[in-house]
Amino acid sequence: MGVSDLTAFRNEVGESDPVCVRGGGTHWEVGGDDAGVRSVAAPVGIEAFEPAEMTVTVGAGTTVATLSAALAEHGQEVAIDGPYGSTVGGALMIGRSPLRRGRLGEVADVLLQADCVGADGAVFTAGGPTVKNVTGYDLCRLLVGSLGTLALVGRVILRTRPLPEAFAWMSGAVSTEEVVDALYRPATVLWDGVETTVRVEGDAQDVDEEVGRLQTLGMAPTVEPALPTEWDRWTGVLPPGGVLEVGAGVVHQPDQPESGTVSVGVRALGERVRDSFDPARRLNPGRDPHRVSA
Amino acid sequence: MRFPFFSGLVGRIRGDDVLERELVAVLGRGRVESGAGALKLYSRDGSVTRGGQAGIVCFPETTAEVSACVATAARHGRPFVPRGAGTGLSGGAVPCEDPVMVVTTRMDDIHEVDVERRLAWVGPGVVNLDLSRHLEGTGLHFAPDPSSQQACTIGGNVANNSGGPHCLLYGVTSAHVLAVEVVLPDGAVVVIGAEEGRATGYDLRGAFVGGEGTLGIATKICVRLTENPPEVATLLLDFESVQGAADTVSAVIADGIVPAALEIMDQRVIEAVEPFVEAGYPMDAAAVLIVELDGLSAGVAAAIVRIEAIGSANGARTVRVAETEDARARIWKGRKSAFGAIAVIKPDYYLNDTVIPRTRLAEVLTRVYEVVEERGLIVMNVFHAGDGNLHPLIVFDAREPGVMEQVLEAGEEIVRISVEAGGVLSGEHGIGLEKKQFMSLQFSSADLEAQDRLRRAFDPDGLANPAKVLPSGASCGHVTGLDRAPEGTWV
Repeated sequence: MGVSDLTAFRNEVGESDPVCVRGGGTHWEVGGDDAGVRSVAAPVGIEAFEPAEMTVTVGAGTTVATLSAALAEHGQEVAIDGPYGSTVGGALMIGRSPLRRGRLGEVADVLLQADCVGADGAVFTAGGPTVKNVTGYDLCRLLVGSLGTLALVGRVILRTRPLPEAFAWMSGAVSTEEVVDALYRPATVLWDGVETTVRVEGDAQDVDEEVGRLQTLGMAPTVEPALPTEWDRWTGVLPPGGVLEVGAGVVHQPDQPESGTVSVGVRALGERVRDSFDPARRLNPGRDPHRVSA
Repeated sequence: MRFPFFSGLVGRIRGDDVLERELVAVLGRGRVESGAGALKLYSRDGSVTRGGQAGIVCFPETTAEVSACVATAARHGRPFVPRGAGTGLSGGAVPCEDPVMVVTTRMDDIHEVDVERRLAWVGPGVVNLDLSRHLEGTGLHFAPDPSSQQACTIGGNVANNSGGPHCLLYGVTSAHVLAVEVVLPDGAVVVIGAEEGRATGYDLRGAFVGGEGTLGIATKICVRLTENPPEVATLLLDFESVQGAADTVSAVIADGIVPAALEIMDQRVIEAVEPFVEAGYPMDAAAVLIVELDGLSAGVAAAIVRIEAIGSANGARTVRVAETEDARARIWKGRKSAFGAIAVIKPDYYLNDTVIPRTRLAEVLTRVYEVVEERGLIVMNVFHAGDGNLHPLIVFDAREPGVMEQVLEAGEEIVRISVEAGGVLSGEHGIGLEKKQFMSLQFSSADLEAQDRLRRAFDPDGLANPAKVLPSGASCGHVTGLDRAPEGTWV
């Protein structure tokens, strides 16, 4: 993809009627529904990957799987998770942090630059190409998790990370506190009400030693668990079939969560932000980030 | 007979009287200042920007008082300017349009530290280093470590999305701010973000951090606390050329190593610092590279071996691993006191802050030396090389005729070179007043309009820290040299 693809995307978005953007459709139900609204798809393809710079420029319509495979060839990855078929743009707009956030960081910190089409049909760029940047307002963090209601993202520059040399999943009926105390920066800590499951990663020898410590606690090797697909905010009580992501405030559960709760003041400010970017509410009109619980 | 100017002035003075009375009613007489001395003091910050004028200075101690100050100013149609310790380097706290200054330094309580959940709620006036000291013994720390950390406040860190050497691995302030209680420009109080996970709705927290005080005032901040690493190794590499050090940095990143910090200091900085600090920087080196690695022991040991090899391949004369805590502390002391030591070279300085791609460090640095030296000026480089974050420091004597123009011209050229190399205007000092005229070098009018949409949503009446960040018709202040580097300034 290139500049011409972005121009084509802009022309497709247009400047007046309601329009929604469709990625892989893997989280189509999050934050509302745009059934019946004309849909567009973001450009696809890896435009530039500079392993030595640890950044990648990619069309927002590219699948997470395609991107991950290309990065892995050079021993790198990005802090974006998504089920098979999900797109980079979709994952950013949903704004869920990766399961390995303890090592990879939050999804909010992965987006360096976004080339977007605004509600008025004009292309604009948020952020910049470098890994550090405080030039002007931080529109990139605002865009992550915005469900495409502020602008439609066509192309992004993402921060990449080196893949860990080794990793291991361990689980057992041990308290999460004991597990956390035994480790340094575990990638993932999960608790299902009975067992704690943890992923450690890094240098191979360090991982071996951490695995040894966990075995002493009574944990055994396991594989990456299949988590229930719905996300809810952790409120202190584990729902049936739920798995807590410790430290992340997220519960993975089988049942669809209640709508999110938000104060009157925060909602009012959020609505002002949306109105400012899209006064006619033409972008993904059926969606609302205030409905997303976690 | 009418005297429009005179009657306008009288009206203004009376208006100020009423405003002051109302602010005193909120804060009490001792916490509202309007004397000439206070107004002068609060008309500047740590930047080279001059010409600001504070209207009246307030020292609130609670969220309700901040809200009342802001609402009172708004009722009088007067803007406000939030201010922490005033160590900012881009003029973000320099008052424009006769504002009410809202100084948050008295809001310095550490409200709560939750060791288990690794977070703390702090007042905006808490000094960055004071929080780290407070956390001693908990095994946790607050990761952002700007070199001004002895003086700068966490409220200021939030406003500027501050960095520091260790942000290479751990990320800048935004990655360490979970939630913020904010007084919006209309006086309303909201809490944006969440203690755990992402908050419902837009990431207003992410948008607010780095807003340079133009989106509201942070009155309580929930920060993420980071686990202290079990193992830390600090390496000192020295080179016969700055390019060798720069190439080493590019090669380390290209090799897939993300150290905790990667800092370069050039020969002039070494010469200024070493006699005072005795950090062990070789006096004949063209540059030294400080590499800090942290984590578990095997990973750190393996990375040391890789960095030794990369350094040697790129011309490092020696690679020294600090053997003791004292040796380690000295290496960092030299780095963090670099700025204070420049006074031995020239009385005045102008510090820039840009970011470039990390793969282009050596060539851009060469250009930086050229554009400064061809103007007969001296430049010193001490910077966060791993992020590609340049900090060229031009030192000069402002008494020499015409020198200031040369300095500003060189500064502008450095910004241009950085943007042309695929970089950005600022990595950590922000835009403030200093760089807003350069915004169009990096952004189109559509880009700037999108940024202004965010600003207008928070501040529809334009009352929060006006005339900053975005280029606009309003002009305020001018850039000039400082008399000398103040205590605790940083790069």
